[in-house]
Amino acid sequence: MIEKTVAELSAALAAGETTSVALTQAYLDQIAAHNEALNAYITVCAESAIAQARAADEARATGSTAPLLGIPIAHKDLFCTAGVKTTSGSKILHNFISPYDATVVERLQAAGAVMLGKTNMDEFAMGSSNESSYYGVARNPWNLDRVPGGSSGGSAAAVAADLCAMATGTDTGGSIRQPAAFCGITGLKPSYGRVSRWGMIAYASSLDQAGPLCKTAEDAAILLNVMAGVDDKDSTSIALPAEDFTATLNNSLKGLRIGLPKQHFTSGLDPAIESAVRVAVAELEKLGAEVKEIDLPNSDLAISAYYVIAPAEASANLSRFDGVRYGYRCENPVDLEDMYKRSRSEGFGEEVKRRIMIGTYALSAGFYDAYYRKAQKIRRLVKEDYARAFKDVDVIIGPTTPSPAFALNSMKDSVTMYLEDIYTIALNLAGLPGMSVPAGFVDGLPIGMQLVAKDYAEATLLNVAHQFQQVTNWHKKKPVLTASEKTTEA
Amino acid sequence: MQYETVIGLEVHVQLSTESKLFSGSATTFGAEPNTQANIFDLALPGTLPVLNEKAVAMAVKFGLAIGAEIGKRSVFDRKNYFYPDLPKGYQVSQLDFPTVGKGSLTISLEDGSEKIIGVTRAHMEEDAGKSLHEDYQGMTGIDLNRAGTPLLEIVSEPDLRSAKEAVAYLKKLHSIIRYLDISDAIMAQGSMRCDANVSIRPVGQKEFGTRTEIKNINSFKFVEKAINYEVQRQKDVLEDGGRIVQETRLYDADKDETRSMRSKEVANDYRYFPEPDLLPIVIDDAYIEAIRATLPELPDRRAARFVSDYGLSEYDAGVLVATREMADYFETTATLSGDAKLAANWVSQDLQALLNKHSWELSDSPIQAERLATLIQRIKDNTISGKIAKTVFEAMLDDSSDVDAIIEAKGLKQVTDSGALESLVDQVIVDNPDQVQQYRDGKVQVIGFLVGQCMQLSKGKANPAQVNEILRSKLS
Amino acid sequence: MALTKTEVEKIAHLARLHVSDVEAEEVAKGVSDILALIDKMQSVDTDNVEPLAHPFDAAQKLRPDVVTEPDRRDELQQLAPQSQDGLFLVPKVIE
Repeated sequence: MIEKTVAELSAALAAGETTSVALTQAYLDQIAAHNEALNAYITVCAESAIAQARAADEARATGSTAPLLGIPIAHKDLFCTAGVKTTSGSKILHNFISPYDATVVERLQAAGAVMLGKTNMDEFAMGSSNESSYYGVARNPWNLDRVPGGSSGGSAAAVAADLCAMATGTDTGGSIRQPAAFCGITGLKPSYGRVSRWGMIAYASSLDQAGPLCKTAEDAAILLNVMAGVDDKDSTSIALPAEDFTATLNNSLKGLRIGLPKQHFTSGLDPAIESAVRVAVAELEKLGAEVKEIDLPNSDLAISAYYVIAPAEASANLSRFDGVRYGYRCENPVDLEDMYKRSRSEGFGEEVKRRIMIGTYALSAGFYDAYYRKAQKIRRLVKEDYARAFKDVDVIIGPTTPSPAFALNSMKDSVTMYLEDIYTIALNLAGLPGMSVPAGFVDGLPIGMQLVAKDYAEATLLNVAHQFQQVTNWHKKKPVLTASEKTTEA
Repeated sequence: MQYETVIGLEVHVQLSTESKLFSGSATTFGAEPNTQANIFDLALPGTLPVLNEKAVAMAVKFGLAIGAEIGKRSVFDRKNYFYPDLPKGYQVSQLDFPTVGKGSLTISLEDGSEKIIGVTRAHMEEDAGKSLHEDYQGMTGIDLNRAGTPLLEIVSEPDLRSAKEAVAYLKKLHSIIRYLDISDAIMAQGSMRCDANVSIRPVGQKEFGTRTEIKNINSFKFVEKAINYEVQRQKDVLEDGGRIVQETRLYDADKDETRSMRSKEVANDYRYFPEPDLLPIVIDDAYIEAIRATLPELPDRRAARFVSDYGLSEYDAGVLVATREMADYFETTATLSGDAKLAANWVSQDLQALLNKHSWELSDSPIQAERLATLIQRIKDNTISGKIAKTVFEAMLDDSSDVDAIIEAKGLKQVTDSGALESLVDQVIVDNPDQVQQYRDGKVQVIGFLVGQCMQLSKGKANPAQVNEILRSKLS
Repeated sequence: MALTKTEVEKIAHLARLHVSDVEAEEVAKGVSDILALIDKMQSVDTDNVEPLAHPFDAAQKLRPDVVTEPDRRDELQQLAPQSQDGLFLVPKVIE
């Protein structure tokens, strides 16, 4: 049962073929069997999950039929969950029991979803491999010596290995799409403002966006239906007309205009991934889509602009972790200065500190114009590139990543790692919705195809992805897990 | 050498909203520590700001009151620094695009002339919490109740040329803010705070001298003292051949001196950048006009009306409009009593003295405008003399019954019965033969003494004009 | 551009991070490498480009001036490393 999609589980629950308690227990069993190897969860909430499942079953008995009622979910550990430890993958929040729920968590809970636990992630969502987590790296279920991607690596691994039916993640520069690609699942980063950021621990406020990680596009649509919506608590969430993202999944792709950015099919791309993506695009052509090459001239600069804007915002966002009101405080500070510096230096990991340094530097006196302001100008150019492209096409398609999941500890430095996000980052700067769907295998590892649409056109993405999944089986492939398998130390 | 003083003021005013600038926590003054600090105010991870509409309306209202440009698109920025009373590690403020742009206000100088003082800008920002330095296990206590309270920072041009001008500007600002009812603006409670940028330059020099910023000035009186001290200090430094160091100085009211804040960072680098959790505030003309429609009559216009409608002197009008409450009090008294000039005198002198003596606010006074108006009416209809009125006024403090009842009960009614007055005068003539003789010998000014004797004998109740008349006829 | 040790110390202090003498060089290299990646954008002429702070063009929403938050002090202070009499405690702040 646990390998089923959300849509299938929903139907099974409605038909009385199973109960939420049984389902939840099955996932808890799967977690018990495989989480030690995968390290996908930082916190498992077995007791409260069963209680929530029981409540869901009772609600169903009294007539409730919400699509997510009783379906087990995992939340990335940067969504605040009332009464449950919320770490953002950091030591500095090792003891932080959130006193409130994120809006995303609240909405899913109200929809009847059962929270299994909190998933592993790169510290403060800064990373593409999950290796920066204070709680140890999560592993790729397809190969335990490979990274699951990041920063939502725990969520992606959990979905791929059936440690949950669905999961939430966040995406600041590719943190949903890249791990989805590495783990062979479907991930959606909605348009900026589509999903509330209240209760989502910020990395870079103008780029962060929450979204679903699922087994299929249809599941992502079901989940997005619940996650999306304006929130009075988030000034940057947008009031958009209510939409049922499942309603247009079966639209025909006849006449769909697809653009392939030439900058995304260049020498840095693994040729095996390139051919897999081209085969996938050919499938879409068979469904009636038209394909043309497009130009995104500033896409190479997106990564430069991103590594100014994101660290700059992060440097301020992370100032609140000062050891005063919550979180880690160093032992025996001799004075205030010592308390600040040691609490933060002991509480944050290396990558986080590096990005705080970069951001602080970029904003410091004398450098603002050359870095921050310049990056914001590049940001506009990047957005304009997409606006121009979307005059001629409906969807932009390319590879999600330049290579399949890499080996643990294989990235020799930060910059090499950053370049892994070369295809995903620009969307966040532009605020556009993007998806990664499984599109093949390279060396036994799944790879992803990235779909991009214009502002608020998530329905288009989901439609294309769903149609693609009707004619392909990549998303149905499952990693082979060995119970309580021991892995080599990273 | 002769020096000219150049002063600019940065005034922080706490806007009197019910809730905070970006959260739904209460802003009540004096609450138990940290009982008005919610998860946003404590900067818990994941929390986000949402802007209070009332704060925006108040800022715009202030802008319109000083004839300022209103920013059609104002932007919040983060000002980054670490301090335990600043929970987020940044203060949300406005740097390049403030809600209120250039404006001005007019102050009256001692010689009676007027001077226009430029206001560079006024921007919204969050207040910080409070650090309590009493000994808590040898540590400092942090109370975040105040953190996030909306502030309007009003920055003047360096147009002020003396401590007295600075005080006049500050009082005018205070008056406008109170008229607009956008802040309690009580300096002693910190709901109005003033930092002064002070420099001096040789008379005739165009360039400004190096300035120092004086902080921690918490009364109008201290503004004057702090600036005067600092000006003298700068003169002394220059005259000893020294140089002024650009720095922040703290005013110590107990010692009446300013001193360098050495513990503060030498060079702050606030790393301002646009606050990504908030979008630009967009203000359209319709909004501005709607706010404009709520503007009350402001002190300058009201003073002018007092001069033209009530025939008051400009000085009296200026005194009476200093606060909205005082001006309202005066107008009620003037209207009900039918004598604006008497009303002006009573309000600006007797009532003011009373408030000063007891350190009362107008609202604390047991003598309301209606009662004072009745008292003035009784002077006008000769029920009592102006002098007896002072006695009645005193009596009204402890006796809340109506004015006529007090006059009646104390037997203070003026004696105008000519028979009674004649026998009074006769008695005085008999008692003072020497003075009567002097008068008859041509020393007519003695009449004043004799009238005084009559008044004394009547315990002040005799009508002095009538007494004077009877005396003259009897002695002629 | 490569950062000097002094710059690293200055930036670390602004960010309230402790960087030991031993670490300074490594941090300088890490940051400098990233700056090299960032500096690629300097080659583009952006003189007539308006900076973009938010991915979409919208206006700030306003909230009615209403107190909505109850007092949760006792619960929230359980999160604090050190507190007393309702106050958060920090090492002595010298004015």
